[in-house]
Amino acid sequence: MMFLILRAFIASLILSLAACASYPPQKPASDYPEPIFPAKRILPPGHDDQMSVYDPWEGMNKHIYNFNYHFDKTIFLPVVRGYKTVVPDFARTGIHNFFKNFDDMLSAVNSLLQLAPEKTVQSTGRVLVNSTMGLFGLIDVASMWGIPRPMEDFGQTMGRWGVGQGPYLVLPFLGPSNLRDGVGKLPDFYVRSMIQDEVLSDDVRIATTVAWPVDTRANTSFRYYETGSAFEYRMVRWLYSTKRKLDVEQ
Amino acid sequence: MISKIKIAVRCIAGIFAYLASSMATASVVTVENYEYPITDRFVATVVGTPTEYEAKLPSIPFEQRSIDIFPDRKTPDVFFYGKELLYSVALQDNESPLIFLIAGTGASHEGGKNRNMAKAFYQAGFHVVSISSPTFNNFVTAASYTGVVGDAKKDAEDIYRVFEKIWAELADDIEVSTFNVTGYSLGGFNAAYVAKLDETRQIFNFENVLLINPPVSIYNSISLLDRMINNIPGGMDNFDKFFNNLMRAYTNVYKESADAIGDDFLYKAYKALNLKDEQLAALIGVSFRLSSASLIFTSDVVVDFGFIKPKGLILNRYSNLTEYNEVANRIGFTDYYHEFFYPFYKETDPDVTRDEFISAISLKEIEEYLRSTDKITVMHNADDIILQPGEIEFFADVFGKRATIYPTGGHCGNMSYRDNVAHMVAAFTDGGTP
Repeated sequence: MMFLILRAFIASLILSLAACASYPPQKPASDYPEPIFPAKRILPPGHDDQMSVYDPWEGMNKHIYNFNYHFDKTIFLPVVRGYKTVVPDFARTGIHNFFKNFDDMLSAVNSLLQLAPEKTVQSTGRVLVNSTMGLFGLIDVASMWGIPRPMEDFGQTMGRWGVGQGPYLVLPFLGPSNLRDGVGKLPDFYVRSMIQDEVLSDDVRIATTVAWPVDTRANTSFRYYETGSAFEYRMVRWLYSTKRKLDVEQ
Repeated sequence: MISKIKIAVRCIAGIFAYLASSMATASVVTVENYEYPITDRFVATVVGTPTEYEAKLPSIPFEQRSIDIFPDRKTPDVFFYGKELLYSVALQDNESPLIFLIAGTGASHEGGKNRNMAKAFYQAGFHVVSISSPTFNNFVTAASYTGVVGDAKKDAEDIYRVFEKIWAELADDIEVSTFNVTGYSLGGFNAAYVAKLDETRQIFNFENVLLINPPVSIYNSISLLDRMINNIPGGMDNFDKFFNNLMRAYTNVYKESADAIGDDFLYKAYKALNLKDEQLAALIGVSFRLSSASLIFTSDVVVDFGFIKPKGLILNRYSNLTEYNEVANRIGFTDYYHEFFYPFYKETDPDVTRDEFISAISLKEIEEYLRSTDKITVMHNADDIILQPGEIEFFADVFGKRATIYPTGGHCGNMSYRDNVAHMVAAFTDGGTP
């Protein structure tokens, strides 16, 4: 069943990517009467685009962005709503903590790879405390104790060693990213699976493959096309890139 | 028996409130022993209320819904997602009073301020219906009759239509005792005109109305906000540099404090960074400019006015909007009023002059009504940054004892402060006089 839905969606993603031709070709803007505030008068000559981000795949990215919106609307968010209705608050918190514990493990690995001793100690400490006293990560004892939570992924690790962000990239289902961070998700995912194979029983592991994306979406407030900005794609692109730049710097 | 005691207690409380209010000799309620901690008006506006001073409010079932206001209307493809109006509700099980919340300029139905108010009113036993500002992108595409917002009366008609359609959907599911309305900033201004409109339409017969930090004259307030952007050294062309520097400084603070980013982050960052008023004003100006840029472009596309987009050019959801965004970021809201709003409406109303158009968008236009009705109360701050010098006097003069002026709080900075939250709720539960 899940696979059928997924296949239908991947098919529609491909269709939407191929649908560029469905809009009639436009005459260039210069063929229309000049607006009251034309760019050539308002923008100073030789100005820099203040929020520019390298985005050579903008056409494809916008199609995926649009696809993600429809996927959210028809499947992902209804599932999240169902999850919130059926599963009580405390259980959802427990599930969320459980997954965050694996995030902490990845942060520990990545902090080590970045040769960042403080973050390595903090993340490792969190995992040790939460996996034992926090009952396999269900209770976030470490946060109650005030242990900071560094959030380090392989994208940041690559950034730490000088790899630039590369082109902006909107990932299907996952949303805004860039080439570096997108590629970085693969080793993160691999390490995570290895750890999960090691510590979780088969039943729990199968349950987590469904529960993880739902938990992640339930804890992400971002909604496509709901920022209220008429220029949302550009705004989100710039905010994401700025945030990732700062994530690497700190 | 218990209910009788309650009624008796309420009567006594009411008598005391009446005595207290009649003993006050000043014509406006001024606030003494006010302990909101931020005295700088710009800091208050940007930082808001530190957590330890906030009213403690519960989490509530705040649920997003959508409604098609104009089923026959075709939405431009570039705003294909804006066909239906999004709003949110928090509904009681039993018969209860209902309150409509109207967000401020550029703000959404589920923005922080509306969300916070929703919690307070839901906790106090109200059905809550929260809508976005008419200046919000989604409202312009889905609920503005003309597509060009910013006119006091037309915006009120749009809002009233939205209230009616939402109520038609809710009427089967909930029982309502009375209808009420409030809003902050531009939303407060809207609420006054909506109350006025309700006097003739009489669909809701609003029981109480509260205006929180409203402007007096829209044009005066946007002129002030437009100018704040000049506090960026080098103007809007250096916006990115300004913003990046600020973000970097924040990040350093964050790193040093090693705290998770919480609600107090801004407050801590402000304390550590020691930001100057000019920098804070620049931030407010930028935030306002991003809202107005979005609004201007949205209206331009919806009515195909040829303001920054060439007239006749059709954009779709995949179009590159960079150039329009850059131009819009450099246009003030006052430019919009002069070069778009006024010419657009002049076509339908050719006798009205530019000055008349602008001065009509003011609470002074409905001053007589505001003086005569006793259902409207005001909560304002003496140091609000969106008022021209002297404009605060308007509220004391027109509303008298129905206006409460707090000494500090800037523009809406004290809205989640415990005393102010208590005031908001009391404005609707204690017969309109907190």
